Amino acid sequence: MELFTNQVLAGIATGAIYACMALAVVMIYQAIDHLNFAQGEMAMFSTFISWQLMQWGVPYWAAFVITLVFAFFGGIAIERVLFKPLAKAPILTNVAGFIALFAIINSSAGLIWDFTIKQYPTPFGSAPFLGSQLISTHQAGMIGVTVLMLIGLYFFFQYTRIGLAMRAAASVPESARLVGINTSWMIALGWGMASAIGAIAGMLIAPVVFLEPNMMGGVLIYGFAAAVLGGLTSPLGAVVGGFLMGIFENLAGTYIPGVGNELKLPIALALIISVLVVKPAGLFGRHIVKRV
Amino acid sequence: MSAVEDVVEGHEAVEAVPKRAMTLGTGTSVVVLLLLIAVPLFAKNFVIFQLTQLLYLGLAVLALNILTGGSGQFSLGQSAFYGIGAYVTAVMMEQFNIPYFLCLPVAGVVCFGAGFLFGQPALRLSGVYLALATFALATAMPQLLKLNFLEKWTGGVQGLVVTKPDAPFGLPMSQDMWLYYFTLVVVLAIYIFSVNLLRSRSGRAFMAIRDNEIAASAMGVNVALYKTLAFGVSAAITGVAGGLSAIAVQFVAPDSFTITLAIQLFLGMVVGGVGWLPGSIVGAAFIIFVPNIAEGISKGLSGAVFGVLLFLVIYLVPHGARQVAILGQQLAGRLRKN
Repeated sequence: MELFTNQVLAGIATGAIYACMALAVVMIYQAIDHLNFAQGEMAMFSTFISWQLMQWGVPYWAAFVITLVFAFFGGIAIERVLFKPLAKAPILTNVAGFIALFAIINSSAGLIWDFTIKQYPTPFGSAPFLGSQLISTHQAGMIGVTVLMLIGLYFFFQYTRIGLAMRAAASVPESARLVGINTSWMIALGWGMASAIGAIAGMLIAPVVFLEPNMMGGVLIYGFAAAVLGGLTSPLGAVVGGFLMGIFENLAGTYIPGVGNELKLPIALALIISVLVVKPAGLFGRHIVKRV
Repeated sequence: MSAVEDVVEGHEAVEAVPKRAMTLGTGTSVVVLLLLIAVPLFAKNFVIFQLTQLLYLGLAVLALNILTGGSGQFSLGQSAFYGIGAYVTAVMMEQFNIPYFLCLPVAGVVCFGAGFLFGQPALRLSGVYLALATFALATAMPQLLKLNFLEKWTGGVQGLVVTKPDAPFGLPMSQDMWLYYFTLVVVLAIYIFSVNLLRSRSGRAFMAIRDNEIAASAMGVNVALYKTLAFGVSAAITGVAGGLSAIAVQFVAPDSFTITLAIQLFLGMVVGGVGWLPGSIVGAAFIIFVPNIAEGISKGLSGAVFGVLLFLVIYLVPHGARQVAILGQQLAGRLRKN
């Protein structure tokens, strides 16, 4: 039983990483209706910016805020320059665009900061949290920040005019335009916010997985899976999905014999697919009704 | 998050391509075919090898095109079927000494089975969810190929070396050239089969499902059967392509069949034009040659150059090579009128 609780705790700790990433994925899905494959790379690039700032002697929290601002405007810039022209192109062409963006950011980061693994500081410290060996104060901090972000986003979307406008632009663009919402800028804003959330996720994850241009590869896969598991239309679902994903993965690694590190991911994915077969819109997702 | 989301206008994931627009005219086909036959006679062995690569990757892109462009289902798991096909061929050739031309149909049949079975759970999923399911298959495959109890046949992490076949009947041809013509014949046969498939009753059923699933089922199309059938056919063709690749590359290893391969095939389909079968070969050319060109422009930034080139292509022709072909056709038509 002790083993079980410990594994669940460790799962929650890794799950926090996935939850962060899944939240960013869902944010951009809400705004543009596509899964952004370059999301992880955008987060990685922002994290490198903050690292560079700290190398230049900027204190952690100042670097944190500057990076958020950079990520926000960077996200908007990417949408305006690269993806606005593709708004009318077929969806699959857009997906190819994400893959291209992925290649560009990954390769540029590799050239600027090279591929060696870098240490990244944590503001929360890495002592054991409340005396538990499995969960450190950093991981607890990470869970805290994720929950705070979730609450913040909830209030933003539910109680502010601009949040309402963004929701309207995402769900019924035509009607939103008729009531005077600038839907094109709402999409750009969605990109900016998703990029900033991704940057937060990146800066929280970096102390755990270490900083390097490919650090997001594995995390993003889990993030996507978590977002899909929770239902792509629900930010709360994304966070819950992230934690479940972490727990799944740890329990599968511990209790199913013959599952090494290599088979953890396929097993976690297989579990998710079985969930999806029963609930095709994810755990918390809204079932989308199509008009014929 | 809001109630308005409940009713969303059907958003077409894959645009409707009329079936006549899916192929080339007879005249153009003959010219392309003659070119494909003639070029190797004047090329070096390495170029011939690259052309062979072009053909079998084109075949794999074609398979994805039938699935996505034909039946509107999206797959990131093609690398898994490609890998199964390659392994079936390699294991049969090396461990059981079966001639290569008999291995390919077996690879096709095995992959058809695998695809058809995988199509069953995929039936309930569509769009992103289907993409994730197929993606899971793609990530699992290299690990499955490495499993210990299969190592006797598959060679585990090491992979298997495959012997290249000689030209039969004492034909005065290099191995590469023979393999090229062999591949060409297989690819042509499958291309003709695919074109006819899409023109047949089954093809019309695929397209009806792609354009509107509910309407299709209302017209009496057995949606479940045709969706899984599309998966099966696509997997079978991918498997044959994988088998051809195993013979041409003379080597199979689990890590050649990762998600990267599936993404490349996807890019090939987009660049070639979704739903336009001849575009598959253009797409294959893109995924083989453009990374090399990018590397030639800048070693350190090859990924970025590749990305920029890809962006250029999708800005200029968002519908891929199909758009170029349509433009060419219109131009030719105008010239003829004058």
